[in-house]
Amino acid sequence: MLSSLATVLFDGFAYGMLLFLLSVGLSVTLGMMNFVNLAHCSFAAVGGYCTVTLMNSFGWPFLASLPMAFIAAALVSVVLERTLYRHLYRSSDLDQCLLTIGIVFVSVAAFAWFYTTEQQSARPPEWLRAPITVGDINFAGYRLFLIVFGLAVTALLVLLLERTRFGAQVRAAVDNQRMARGLGIDVDRAFMITFALGGGLAGLGGALAIEVVGLDPTFALAFLVYVLIVVAVGGLGSIGGSFAAAVVLGISDMAGKYYFPWLGAFLIYLVMVALLMWRPAGLFGKR
Amino acid sequence: MENASGHFRQKVRWHPLEIAFWLCTLLPFVVTPAYLSLASQIAITALFALSLDLILGYAGIVSLGHAAFFGVGAYSAGLLAKHYWGEPLAGLILAAAAAGIVGYAMSHIVVRFRHLALIMLTLGLGLLLHEAANSASDLTGGADGLQGVKVGTLFGFRFDMFGRTAYAYSLAVLFVCFLACRRIIHSPFGLALRGIRENAVRMPAIGAPSLAHLRKAYTIAAVMAGIAGALLTHTTSTVSLETLSFGRSADVLVILILGGAGRLYGGIIGAIIYMVARDQFSGINPQYWYFWIGLLLVLVVMFLPNGILGGISALDKKSQ
Repeated sequence: MLSSLATVLFDGFAYGMLLFLLSVGLSVTLGMMNFVNLAHCSFAAVGGYCTVTLMNSFGWPFLASLPMAFIAAALVSVVLERTLYRHLYRSSDLDQCLLTIGIVFVSVAAFAWFYTTEQQSARPPEWLRAPITVGDINFAGYRLFLIVFGLAVTALLVLLLERTRFGAQVRAAVDNQRMARGLGIDVDRAFMITFALGGGLAGLGGALAIEVVGLDPTFALAFLVYVLIVVAVGGLGSIGGSFAAAVVLGISDMAGKYYFPWLGAFLIYLVMVALLMWRPAGLFGKR
Repeated sequence: MENASGHFRQKVRWHPLEIAFWLCTLLPFVVTPAYLSLASQIAITALFALSLDLILGYAGIVSLGHAAFFGVGAYSAGLLAKHYWGEPLAGLILAAAAAGIVGYAMSHIVVRFRHLALIMLTLGLGLLLHEAANSASDLTGGADGLQGVKVGTLFGFRFDMFGRTAYAYSLAVLFVCFLACRRIIHSPFGLALRGIRENAVRMPAIGAPSLAHLRKAYTIAAVMAGIAGALLTHTTSTVSLETLSFGRSADVLVILILGGAGRLYGGIIGAIIYMVARDQFSGINPQYWYFWIGLLLVLVVMFLPNGILGGISALDKKSQ
């Protein structure tokens, strides 16, 4: 019982790190521009497929392909932001939803066209996957890597946002966009960089997720709900909130699958609806 | 000077184009009898889109989980026909009642939220129902769908494979619901809904009970979606889990936006175009079908913000 609990907590935490990487960019960009970007997980899929291509067709090592996944996803997101998204910052939620859902549909079909609908794999090196034994409990080595990686990225993000000039601009824009503009902050530029960064992180998350959940063209739709839950529950524009929400969601999803498999995803949706009714702006949201 | 009742009376008058349109809906009986099944599916989809139009186009409630009511209607009609009573009209009434009760219960949650929380809540509630139906496989048949639905005769007419009865039935129900919708939209209540859509803060300030109005509209839309679901059950004699899926919610949204939200005929025009196109391109893989749908969505949002009907009326205004 105790060992299963430890496994669930450990795996859930690792899964939560993955969800955090996938969703933190969306949380910050939503907080800044109020833009409902449902295509965020398509950026993650871009990163994932970039890794698959580099590893399987060009023989790159896993760790070397991760930065490329980040760059590819960041590039795609910045191109979309410049060409399509920027026209809709003042439009209604509905228009933003529709545009980005349209992009999701296009991306799903495009991935199916280029990579078929089969599950893709990109195996990390053997030394990363070796299990680690503590007492009589086995921990998957790759999940430990995920946790360390996720914590490192979180620390970097917090440093970037709390300690740098750019971070101060982003925080100002999240708190009050008009005031920030009034003070001479170039919000559009800050937003573009944040958007690229968020898209890149999602791409990184997509690449890291292949080993855990696999990768097929419907990835962008399947993970959309989880990412939105993290963002909505964590509160817009809050890194700490997204982190907490992602960890809680990851652990409760694992626990649900382990202890109540017949409930399926029911529990997750129930918790989300209840939390949103209790605090519509999210657990840590300001608005 | 025009008074209020004069304003409403003038709006209610039928345009010749409208009469022509409804006469045209009778054409499939004589012109394309081979496509009557498709025509009945179009009528059902149009009714579903019309119900979404009421809350999205007129009341401004964005919903990503409207299939919940469609599915509730489909399953309640299916369960009634399977276990107790195969007569379709009774199933229609039961489905409307069941979807109405679920809709009324949900409306208390949904109308209090806006923006992201609203989108997430409608999505979450829809997914919740989908998962519940999937888990309760003893009652609903789970992922295999509800098998063995025996639909009885309607006024002595059987539902045959040519779809003659199916289309007449779907079309009649669509027309009745359309009349109800038309009446609602051109009433002071409909005007109040549009007021809430345009400015949710000012309407309560002038004394309109805006939350009560929204709850009422949401419940009516749920009833109509439930009726559409029951029609699908009766005309196909099966209920699949797909009736509750996110895909169906997204499809109906696409249809409404394509035709033009906030216009009475938007959902109907959208349904005709969407369903005929899907039938024509049924040879291609559904994966790639969604590529074109996605592209269409992007183009409509960027260049045709009010849908096809909005574009036509803008052209019409320009030419005058």
